[in-house]
Order: sequence, then C-alpha cells, then structure tokens
Amino acid sequence: MAAPSTDISAALVLVSPHLADWLVVLPVALMIGFGAVLMMVRKSVRLHGTIAITGLALLVFLDAALLVRVSTYGPVTMVMGRWLPPFGIAFTADLFGSLMAFVSAIVALAAGVFALRDIDAGGRRYGFFPFLMLLMAGVSGAFLTGDIFNLYVWFEVLLISSFGLLILGSEPEQIDGALKYAVLNLIGTTLFLIAIGYLYAIFGTLNMADIAGKASRLRETAPLVTLTALFILAFAMKAAAFPVNFWLPASYHTPRITVSALFGGLLTKVGIYALIRVTVMLFPVEREELSLVVAISAALTMVIGALGALAQNDLRRLVGYVVIAGIGNMMAGVAIGTPAAVSGSILYALHSVVTMTALYLVAGEAARLGGAWSLSGLGGLYRRAPWFSAASLALFLAAAGLPPLSGLWPKVALLKASLDIGAWWLAAAILISAFIVTLALSRVFLLAYWRPRPEPAPELVIARDWRIAWPLGCLTALSILFGLFPETVLDLSQRAATGLAEPSAYIRSVFPGGAAP
Amino acid sequence: MNTLILRTVAPVLTALMLLFSVFVLLRGHNEPGGGFIGGLIAVSALAIYGIAFGVSAVRRAIRFHPMAIAGSGLLLATLSGLISIFAGVPFMSGLWIYPEVLGVEVPLSTVMSFDIGVYLVVVGAITSIALALEQDSEPREVVAEPPPLRAKRPRKPRPKPKVEG
Amino acid sequence: MEALFAILIGLFFAAAIYLMLSKHTVRILLGIVLLGNGVNLLLFTTGRLTREVPPIIPNGMDALAAGAANPLPQALILTAIVISFSFFAFLLVLTYRAYQELGTDNTDEMRLAEPRDEERPPLGY
Repeated sequence: MAAPSTDISAALVLVSPHLADWLVVLPVALMIGFGAVLMMVRKSVRLHGTIAITGLALLVFLDAALLVRVSTYGPVTMVMGRWLPPFGIAFTADLFGSLMAFVSAIVALAAGVFALRDIDAGGRRYGFFPFLMLLMAGVSGAFLTGDIFNLYVWFEVLLISSFGLLILGSEPEQIDGALKYAVLNLIGTTLFLIAIGYLYAIFGTLNMADIAGKASRLRETAPLVTLTALFILAFAMKAAAFPVNFWLPASYHTPRITVSALFGGLLTKVGIYALIRVTVMLFPVEREELSLVVAISAALTMVIGALGALAQNDLRRLVGYVVIAGIGNMMAGVAIGTPAAVSGSILYALHSVVTMTALYLVAGEAARLGGAWSLSGLGGLYRRAPWFSAASLALFLAAAGLPPLSGLWPKVALLKASLDIGAWWLAAAILISAFIVTLALSRVFLLAYWRPRPEPAPELVIARDWRIAWPLGCLTALSILFGLFPETVLDLSQRAATGLAEPSAYIRSVFPGGAAP
Repeated sequence: MNTLILRTVAPVLTALMLLFSVFVLLRGHNEPGGGFIGGLIAVSALAIYGIAFGVSAVRRAIRFHPMAIAGSGLLLATLSGLISIFAGVPFMSGLWIYPEVLGVEVPLSTVMSFDIGVYLVVVGAITSIALALEQDSEPREVVAEPPPLRAKRPRKPRPKPKVEG
Repeated sequence: MEALFAILIGLFFAAAIYLMLSKHTVRILLGIVLLGNGVNLLLFTTGRLTREVPPIIPNGMDALAAGAANPLPQALILTAIVISFSFFAFLLVLTYRAYQELGTDNTDEMRLAEPRDEERPPLGY
C-alpha cells in the first residue's frame, strides 16, 4: 500500500462521531440485521416471533432515544464512510423525521404482537417476519436519511418488502390486488427517479441540506417549478392522493389484516413525509406557485375518500377510504404551507399512523368475533365484547376527529390555518369530509356493534387473547392520551414545522463549517 | 436440455465459474469487479448446474437454503458497517488490518467483508429466484443423477425433517 | 449530443406511456421496462456526456484522468438497474400467476378484489 500523494484528508470527517450520533444509523442497521438473522433461521418458525418482537422493541427504544436527543440538541447527522457531505451519503435526523420514525416503530411493535396471533405457521414460513423487519428498515431509512437518492433507495426497500407481505398467502384476490399495487407504485417511484435525475442535472448534488442551501441561488435560472411538480406527482401517487389514489382501495383490503394495518399506517405516510420534506423544506417558493393545484387535489381527496367510506360494505375497504380522506387533510397542510399548517399536517400524520393501524386491527378483530367482513353480516359485537367495542368506538371518534380524541387537534390546526389565509373552501372541505367520515364510522358502530346479530348464530366462546388485547389497547390508549394531553406533541410538531420552514439548523448539522461551495 | 454433452461439461464448468466468481469478487477492490458481479457469475454457475441436473441437485449442492445464504450475507454486510463504532469513525468507514500469514502480509478490510456480504446476498437472492423459475419449467421425469459431490466419504443419510408446527 | 439523447429519451417515454395505457398486463409490463430504461438513459445524460475515458483511477495515480466520465450517474444507474431488474422479475412472476389464477390478462376483467356487483351497505336495522 503506497501512501497516496494527494492529501484527501480535506474530504474526510476527522473528528470521531459522538456515540449518540450513532442513533441516526442504528435503527436502520438494527432492522436489517434482525431481518438477516430471521432469514437465516427461516426453518425454525417458532423462534421468529420472539426474535422479531425483540428487534421491534429495541427499535422503539432506539427511536425514543433519538427523539430525545434530537429534541434537546437539534438535528443529528452521520455521514457514511467518513466522506464529508455532500460527497458521502448523509443520514440526518431532524425533529420531523425522528418523530415519524418513533411513532412508526411503536405501531410496528403493536402490529408485530398482533401478528403473533394473526399470522399462522404457513405465513411465517413464507417469511412474514423477515419482510416486516425489512419493511421497517425501509420506513426508518426513509425517515432518517438526508440524501434524496438514498430516500429513493429506501422507498424501493420498503416497496419490495411490501410486495412480499401483500401476496402472503397467494389467494387469487391478493394477486389481483398486488398486481395493481405493484404496477402503480412502481410507476410512482419511477417518476420520483425521473425527478431525481433532473434535480441532479440542475444542482449537481443529492444531499438535501446542500439542495436547500443552493435552491435560492438557482431559482432565477432553473426550471424548479417543473421539478417540484414532478416530485409532487410522484409523492402524491405514493400517498394515494386524488386523482392517483385508485390503487389503494383496490389492494389494501386483500392481504392479511396485520399487513393491511401496517400499510395503512405507514406506507402512505412515508409518501406524505417525503412530500412535506421536499416541498416545504427544499422548494418552498415553488410550492407556493403550485399550492392551488395541491389544494384542489387535497380537497377532492378528502371528500372522495369520505364518500367512498360511506359507500362501502366491506369493513376493510371502508377503512381504506378513511385512510384516503386523512391523506387529503395532510395534503391541505402542504397546500397552505405556513408553519402552523405544516405543523397541523405533521400532527395529522402522527395521529393517522396510530389510528389507521388501529382501525385495521379493529376490523380484523371484529371479523374474527363476528365471522364476517361485511357490514351486512356483522352484528351484536357490543354484547359479545364490551371492552373491545369501547376501544373501537374511541378509535372511530378519533378517526372522525371528534373531541376529546387525537383526531381533533390536527383538524383544528388545519382549519385555523386555512381560515387564516382565507381559503374558506378548503376549510369547508375539511369539515364536510370529517362529517361524512363521522357518518360512515358511526354507521359501522350502529350496524356491527349495536344491532343484534342478523341471524342468531350459535354463541361461540372466543377466548380473549393478550396478543390482540395489548396492541389494540395500547394504540387506543395512545390516541386517547394524545387527545387529552396534547401539549407535548403539539409543541414538538410546531418545532418540527419551524425546523422545516427555516432549515438552518438542519443545514448546520450537515455542514458544521458552513455550506459547501 | 438433458444432453450428454451438457451433463459431462456442467460440473467442470460450474466449478470453474465458481472459482472465477471468487476471483472477480476479490479483484473488485481496486479494479473492475466486486461482490455484485461476482455473485452474478456464481449464480449463473449454479443455474448451469441446475439446467443439467435439476433443481434438487443444486439445492443439495449448496446445502443451505438460498434465502439463508442471502441472510448471512446481509448480516455480514451490516456488521462490517457497524464495526466502525468501535474504531470511533462513522458508519461504513473502511478499516484495515494487515496480519502476516506465513510471512506474507495479507490486507484485510471491512470493505472486503462488506463486498463478500454483497456477494452472498446476490448469490442467495438470485439463486432462489432462478431455482423457483427452473422448478416451474422442469419436466416431471427423473433427471440424471449428478456425480457425487464428495467421492471419498458418502454423506450420512439426513434425519428426516421434523414436522414443524 | 445531449439534444440527440433528449429526443431518444422522449421516444422511450412516449413508447412506454403508449404501452402502459394498454389493457393487457404484459404490455403494461413491457411499458414499465421501457420506462425504466428511459430513466436510466436520462440519469446518464444528466451527468454530462463524455467520450471514452472511464472513471477509473489508473495505476500509480491518485486522481481521475482529465476528461473522465462522471462516476456518480453511473452509480445511480447501477442502483436503479439492480432495483428495476428485481422489480421486473417480481412483476413477471406476478403477471404470470395472475394469468394462471384469474384466467385473463385483461385488466378490465380483473375484478376479483373489487367485484362489480358488490353489495351496498345496509340502510337500516
């Protein structure tokens, strides 16, 4: 090994990173490592549950530590392989990313525990838990990365694992749903890649902090509005916003209910995360130009999602439309774009991750207790399982946005923000959508819970199971707690939104010695 | 594709290609090559073996399930990134050691172990796809018996796998 | 040269979109493959087109030779190729299975997950 004659130390990180900085990388590495171990022990199906739950619990712990660190000291960055940004791929966690990562980890843990009961030995042998780990690696990576091409790679990681989860069981219905899901999501990520190509041509860098710093200089000459429009289209497709939302109701009800829960809670929110990250932090001026388009799409998404929920008989498809209605609300925050509105969107995303997962799990449990997925076949659940019914009611109210539950605060923030800028029609859309969702969900409660069973079936004794009670109970408790004591989360999401609108702390964390030339 | 020529040549060709794949893998540090392309060469070697002798012969020859191989590679790659936590450098930094083996200095690095991990991931993942596709198209008739892998010591018959569940 | 490539990429995209508008899954699949290749070409063009000097540091030197190609788009394309290759493998198997299970490759007739005559929810007790 001859010593290099050129001095490359100027391009290297020479200070050794603080041990706490590792928290940015560890969630992803942990999930990949656990996924690898699970793939290696694929024959011993019995071990899978234990290993996976241990991994997810560790993930919750790591993400909590990261959140504490970020909220006390500001954004944290680690660069791969000692290369200074923008040469090395940077992982940067700010408050927004670490909040989302933390909440998704909680939800994944809950879904993992629920899966212990829901996924049988066949599903496990097929690889449910390895896929779950890799899905979480993709989700955490997407939330924590600071490099836009890396974001694309994590999108693909989570997409590939979601394909595997979606066809778990290989029923004809699943294959039908998976085909539509796969084709449209693939086109969506390809659009994202096209946008990255143009972005690289314009900026010559892929590091988000670098882009945020350079955007103001290039604004006069470069076609940034077109670029932003491409990004918005790609992410709207991932997030299932109108008019590119039709893959969601076609596919989300086909897999096992745990898988639906994970998808409904996490995947669309990753799209929203990327949308907020790119439009609000990187291209705020261009977002302003396109805000009317986004607002119209948001309003239509809300109303169409809510109307779709009203028209469904199948419980899972109904929840799918409720997910879409929520996406509309988050898009509204992006369209308005003031820090208050973005903080409303972030709040809504956090609430939606928890509530939508819980709603799918409720649908699964209702089907197990009542023996049908359809509203016409269900009935009498209240008599059978009063505690479960109470939790369901709480979650229904939360999803509809009624006080005193978690859905209220983001809706209030978004309403106020849209009235502040005089977009009364957007506010009206939010209210109308919330009203219709309330109707749809209260009808579910009436028909499936209050109504006596349509035909008196033999009273099956269905044992209570901690693997169902705990996840559902914890998610419901989380939703109620957030509704009753919103101060901490409100404060965190406001700070996250400010950090996005004014990303100087983010840029400083990537480039401690000033921005790159 | 069950011709005499292919069946005669396949074992030799497979062995040669596997050797070449390792060569390409190790060459990859400073010259064109690397884990990904090496892995692909190894997969094509296994695929040729599978075309000549059938899927079950390949499964026997590689002993481990392809997904387990991919998993071990993924784990190795992740661990080579994480080693740098003990050296006080950021994730995925290249770290070198130079042990002397029989008087020859052998440079070993985390870069290389990462590349070996990539090699194993590619071998595992693509073999499992290739085998699945070959299995579908395979005629049901009995394919030729492959030559014994280890001529000296006949392997003990494996205990039947226990019924899982 | 870049203009020529831009036209070529446009042709790729046009053909891909035309194919993806078809009702038949195999054509949609081919359209996706074409789109992926078009995007790779696009990424390649964004990194400046140069001639014949690969971005490999020659023996005994520390830096790239003058006029070498930009290695970053090549790395991006390699990643994108690997990903689109694995997706294509998956989609190919999925389409084949869908054809076997559903007995059609016409997307209009793939209504198993969303049946046409779906029951409406009950209007009252």
